[in-house]
Amino acid sequence: MMSRLVTARLLQALVAALLIATLCFAMMQTLPGDAAMRIAASRYGPDAMSQQLAEAVRLELGLERPLLTQYAASLMQLARLDLGYSLVSGAPVIEELKVQLGHSLWLALLALALSLLFGPTLGLLAGIRPGGWVDRLSLGLSILLRALPPFVLGLLLIMVFSLWLGWLPPAGFGSWRHLLLPALTLALGLAALSSRVTRDAMAEVAAAPYFAYGRQKGLDGLALAGRHGARNAAIPVVAYLGLQSVYLIEGVVVVESLFAFPGIGHALVHAIIARDVPMVQGTVLIMGLLFIFINLLVDTLCRRLDPRLNAWQEVRR
Amino acid sequence: MQGVHWLGRWLLLLGVLSGAAMGSQARTLSVVGPWEIVGIEPARSGYIFSRMQVAETLTTVDDQGRLAPQLATSWRVSADGLEWRFRLREGVLFHDGSALTADGVARSLQHARAGHGVLSQVAVTAVEPAGDEVVLRLEHPFVALPAYLAHYSTQVLAPTAYDDQGRVKALIGTGPYRLTSLTPPLQLTLERNERWWGDRPAIASVRYLAVGKSETRALMAASGEADLVYSLLPTSLGVLRHNPAVRTETVTVPRTRLLKLNVASPFFSDLRVRRALSLALDRRGMAGVMLRNERLAASQLFPPTLSGWHDVDLAALRYDPGEARRLLAEAGWLPGDDGILHKDGVRFAVSLTTFSSWPELPVLASAIQAQWREVGIDLQVAVGNSSEIVSRHRDGSLQLGLLSRNFSLVPDPLGTLLQDFGPEGGDWGAMGWSDAALQQMLDGLSAGTDKAERIAQQQGVAGILQQQLPVIPLAWSELRVAVSNDLDGLRVDPFELSYHLSALRWAE
Repeated sequence: MMSRLVTARLLQALVAALLIATLCFAMMQTLPGDAAMRIAASRYGPDAMSQQLAEAVRLELGLERPLLTQYAASLMQLARLDLGYSLVSGAPVIEELKVQLGHSLWLALLALALSLLFGPTLGLLAGIRPGGWVDRLSLGLSILLRALPPFVLGLLLIMVFSLWLGWLPPAGFGSWRHLLLPALTLALGLAALSSRVTRDAMAEVAAAPYFAYGRQKGLDGLALAGRHGARNAAIPVVAYLGLQSVYLIEGVVVVESLFAFPGIGHALVHAIIARDVPMVQGTVLIMGLLFIFINLLVDTLCRRLDPRLNAWQEVRR
Repeated sequence: MQGVHWLGRWLLLLGVLSGAAMGSQARTLSVVGPWEIVGIEPARSGYIFSRMQVAETLTTVDDQGRLAPQLATSWRVSADGLEWRFRLREGVLFHDGSALTADGVARSLQHARAGHGVLSQVAVTAVEPAGDEVVLRLEHPFVALPAYLAHYSTQVLAPTAYDDQGRVKALIGTGPYRLTSLTPPLQLTLERNERWWGDRPAIASVRYLAVGKSETRALMAASGEADLVYSLLPTSLGVLRHNPAVRTETVTVPRTRLLKLNVASPFFSDLRVRRALSLALDRRGMAGVMLRNERLAASQLFPPTLSGWHDVDLAALRYDPGEARRLLAEAGWLPGDDGILHKDGVRFAVSLTTFSSWPELPVLASAIQAQWREVGIDLQVAVGNSSEIVSRHRDGSLQLGLLSRNFSLVPDPLGTLLQDFGPEGGDWGAMGWSDAALQQMLDGLSAGTDKAERIAQQQGVAGILQQQLPVIPLAWSELRVAVSNDLDGLRVDPFELSYHLSALRWAE
């Protein structure tokens, strides 16, 4: 059962890698402006950029070759599991990604952990009494947080925690203190949604006959929620986590630039501006594979939480 | 409220603990700027390593922008102007402990010459060591050569800094600070080089962080997280104005925002039209509102920082829309039914290309659009990326470009002018325009003359550009720096060659 799931996801990863490489290549070609000039400007600074420099870069990188040749070369490289060299810094893409992915993973994990701390907790409390004051307050809060773009939310958090309270550094990296504000920015956005999903799931569970049965059996609030509520309500919440990874990856791009955090999102933005095709392909590939891996994890977790999913498949077979 | 206190206490405790762990070390100077570190090759991000005083060049500039010795103590040129000798400073050690030799310097300059830096644009035929001197031979006389050797792409690195293929594999310089870690593209850390040839720097460790967003940079200065913050937008200064722990310093830099015109196009070939376009611009208004400093309104192309080039006696560029309309009418451009000027059935509708790497450019473009509409010109604005101006210059499709030009690519503006106003024009300079008298002056300046004649020629260049307007100057530029009151001894270099970290000290 499990092996089928893993094989399917592996196959998906392979197809995704091929698609990502092709799409990145095609999209980078359709961007306006001359790639050699963009690369030259990123390498040597816009002030020093000239046509002469752009021509030197074009020759050095073989950008004058026919597009199909360039595309084939980039696919062959990928087939050898070689991500190539950054056109701007000249360093191996894999080396740059190792550093950046490390930073981004810490940020994403902390953001996820914080969001799980805030979101589902608030959702559970709100869902036990739908329409109660906790429910209405959390609804208002999540609309507000969700409506704020991460850029603005991040600046507000810097104002509060760095400027007024002086507790945390506004930007930079290297210690856990630097990680907190960007992670919080992401976590609040994530929690805004996951609290509502949890609330709906909990409300549904609270209205279910088995919940009423538990209550009549004489279980008090906490034991009842723990024994009959949490696991049942967790299924949609966990399934939803897979979707949230999209928000996380998207958010990382904005938040890392704001907080001067050397992660994969920051690298992607700069690589696109610089037309650094190998860097773009590398970062997007890693993000795509990460996404597939997260979904595999979520699938597995859902099956653990809800054995019926396995049973149904057995029946269908 | 209880929750906030609880969280606060925890954070405070953790802060104290992490502070205690570092307590034994002296305070690290935190420098923040927008520039990312693209790599260690000097032609790429060399300016960061020059400014942070890791690597040094043969020459540099003093506070007045005059050329000054650095790794070379003196230099002289042969009578025919073809052979330059640079005498090296004695007793200089690289960060790896090896001594600075003429051999090593020659090798670094060869590297710079073969690469994409400014030295590749000079007709150097040979670079050779000769005792304690380095000799550069030229194809034809070029008096600005010493200024080119202040450029970061000519940094002198230790022989061990290069690999077998001649690429830079480690940044081993001679400066007062030594690289201890590098996390491209954002951060580097430095420690004091105890064996530097100059006075021992007071500050032992330094960190540079690249922060792209001006808002974040300002907040870092305001919160005390950064001690020295470079390149703040005028809009960001508000956060800092009432902060007692921070002061701001502003210097004018040799950079001008200007309009590049395609003089070969039928719209701009008539000098009267170019003058009218210039007269229709309210520079003081634009500088006052958008750059928050009226004094940045450009009265001529070269800002006052460029002494010898800025000519105080030159009649300033004026704002006079009435005169502009009159000149346009004289050139045959008359208002049509739609209020837009027409001539021989052609409507005065042109497009301006600009880019957003400098955040003020698109805003200035909108203001120009509105002001030219007043005199009957229909201007379309296209905001793209900086390379569009270069590529559209090359294919001839550019009508107007709005850009910000740095006249201190090398500390002598001659370097930029030769690129911009040569016989073919320049990617960032004239388009479809050249002037024999100007060319003669630039050639004369390159070959070298005595000082008085030099100044006359420099001001002659400024005069011709003011008269002919192949580019229309808009506004000069300034560099805004926020500095913590804990720091003493700040020197802000308008040429941005160095941050002079070695002269900084913590206030008592």
